[in-house]
Amino acid sequence: MKIIACIKQVPDSEAKVRADNGQVTWGEAPLVINPFDEYAVEGALQQKEANDGSTVTALCIGPESAKDALKHALAMGADEAILVSDPALNELDTVGAARVLASAIQKIGGVYMVVFGRQTLDNGAGITPAQTARVLGWGMLGLAGQIKVQDGSVHVERVIEEGRQNVSAKLPVVVSVVQSIGEPRYPSFMGIRKASKANIPTWTLSDLGIDAPATIIKRAELANPPERKTAVEIITGDTPEAIAETLVEKILAEKVL
Amino acid sequence: MKTLVYIDHFKGEVQPASWEALGLGKSLGSVSAVVFGVNVDAIAKAAFEHGADEVFVANDPSLEDYRAEPYASTLSALASSSTPDLILFPTTARTRELAAMSAVDLSTGVLTDITGLEKNGDSLIATRPIYEGKVMEKSICSGKPVMATIRPRAFPKPEPDSSKSGTATKVEVKSDALTTVEGYAQSESAVNLGDAGVIVSGGRGVSNNPSLVPPAGMDEKEAEIWRAHQGFTLIGELANVLNGAVGASRAAVDGGYIPYSHQVGQTGKVVTPDLYIACGISGAIQHLVGMRNAKVIVAINKDADAPIFTQARYGVVGDLFKIVPALTTEFKKKLGK
Ligand SMILES: Cc1cc2nc3c(=O)[nH]c(=O)nc-3n(C[C@H](O)[C@H](O)[C@H](O)COP(=O)(O)OP(=O)(O)OC[C@H]3O[C@@H](n4cnc5c(N)ncnc54)[C@H](O)[C@@H]3O)c2cc1C
Repeated sequence: MKIIACIKQVPDSEAKVRADNGQVTWGEAPLVINPFDEYAVEGALQQKEANDGSTVTALCIGPESAKDALKHALAMGADEAILVSDPALNELDTVGAARVLASAIQKIGGVYMVVFGRQTLDNGAGITPAQTARVLGWGMLGLAGQIKVQDGSVHVERVIEEGRQNVSAKLPVVVSVVQSIGEPRYPSFMGIRKASKANIPTWTLSDLGIDAPATIIKRAELANPPERKTAVEIITGDTPEAIAETLVEKILAEKVL
Repeated sequence: MKTLVYIDHFKGEVQPASWEALGLGKSLGSVSAVVFGVNVDAIAKAAFEHGADEVFVANDPSLEDYRAEPYASTLSALASSSTPDLILFPTTARTRELAAMSAVDLSTGVLTDITGLEKNGDSLIATRPIYEGKVMEKSICSGKPVMATIRPRAFPKPEPDSSKSGTATKVEVKSDALTTVEGYAQSESAVNLGDAGVIVSGGRGVSNNPSLVPPAGMDEKEAEIWRAHQGFTLIGELANVLNGAVGASRAAVDGGYIPYSHQVGQTGKVVTPDLYIACGISGAIQHLVGMRNAKVIVAINKDADAPIFTQARYGVVGDLFKIVPALTTEFKKKLGK
């Protein structure tokens, strides 16, 4: 079974991200594999292990530097990696990304399962998995905490606001995973060596035989959120009861209850 | 401007932000609502009461459980025939998927989790947090209809008016499901953190009461979880008095103290309650991004240097096992419960 793990590269979550002159900046902070996508790679590797003869391909749209994120996936245990990179994709929106990913998945061919993380850390929309499924015309199993393939069907336990739902679909499918899938494994020593030597093919739009998708959602403006000017007021007292009395009065005075 | 609002519900339980979306649509012009499922007459009625000028209903057994494909196909067909300028959804796990797929069908775009929407001439400018809320982006969708999911509690909720009513319009149903719902297990404590006005959260600190003696025969891990349950019981009691929900840090979830659905933060839920009480939570950046937009933040932590205090309005440096029960008692007294 051929499995694809879709990943993206983003600034580290500790990065001091800011809006500066209409651009997003993050200083010297490193770019890393989107943390949610580490779960996607983990989920894909679990399926490879559970289904004999499977392979995992990590797939990413991004600039040349995004190869580092793909190398992380290789180091974790993915068999191969493909980067889709083209200057015409600089203003890609989510629907556009889904169309480009779907073309790449079709070019790879023979794919049974595409695994995504829940959302990206940068855009945060969390809609590319479902849009890719729609473009491909495949079943969508979103927010899976567990995946099981049986007799040509995929069964997942979906983690939603209201609880857990068991949902299934026939292969091929698109799955997005949440952290209940299991802690992403650490890159192994052998994996890191393999990844450092790996030759990662780069596909352009002409390799995919498509034009750049039209950008439907355009950024008009960026701003930094208003600074939170709270100085903490530490409540003290001789006993827990005395502290509670003061604190409750303060909270009631805020009129938030 | 003509707006269509998708009323999201789970087994008849409406996501309150659906009404917030109706209110937003109304403020921009005429507004219709659409409801999918079986036996949804009560929801259609409530949609009229919350201000819908027209309500579309797709009442069909094939739509009993939410499934992405038939819901998206039915919605896309309705949008094609009723030609709204804007389709609004409350942001939930379901609507992110549904809006995403319909946007593909309609060759338009979807703006997720928006916190603002302004008219600018003929176009709409939506505000949404990106990079985990570190930056606010204003974007324009050039497709038609514009599609957006709204963040719960970001827009005012209209007061229902029970004198308002109407007759729902039937919608043609598409049943092209590719997925099958096989079962559903309500989590031990179903929570809807997104809609909660008050959240009391516990972190790794809730398992840290050395004076509790666990029953004999437990190994170390079992004893830790047992202690954590005692801690979360205290947190639950405080949340109860405040009609609030129980949240948790990732350390508490990973420790097996409480289900993942309670997790607040980068890989959990982003929440915006009026009051957030963090108990035994250190305040790692990945937790802070999930709750720092709460109106009033209260932190209870033994460690005066914990980063949570940099975000809090009020702080108590102390043992949560002593402070939390005292707070519960005091609130009970002051709120007359
Ligand atoms: C990719 C990624 C994603 C993540 N996503 C999330 C996320 O979504 N949400 C999240 O929360 N974290 C997330 N984390 C984890 C985050 O970095 C922290 O590890 C986590 O938030 C710590 O949880 P905590 O504050 O409960 O535990 P700790 O950091 O261990 O803090 C426990 C606190 O309890 C206090 N304490 C102990 N005993 C008591 C007592 N008796 N009374 C009062 N205080 C006491 C201690 O002083 C301490 O400050 C993520 C991390 C990564 C790498």
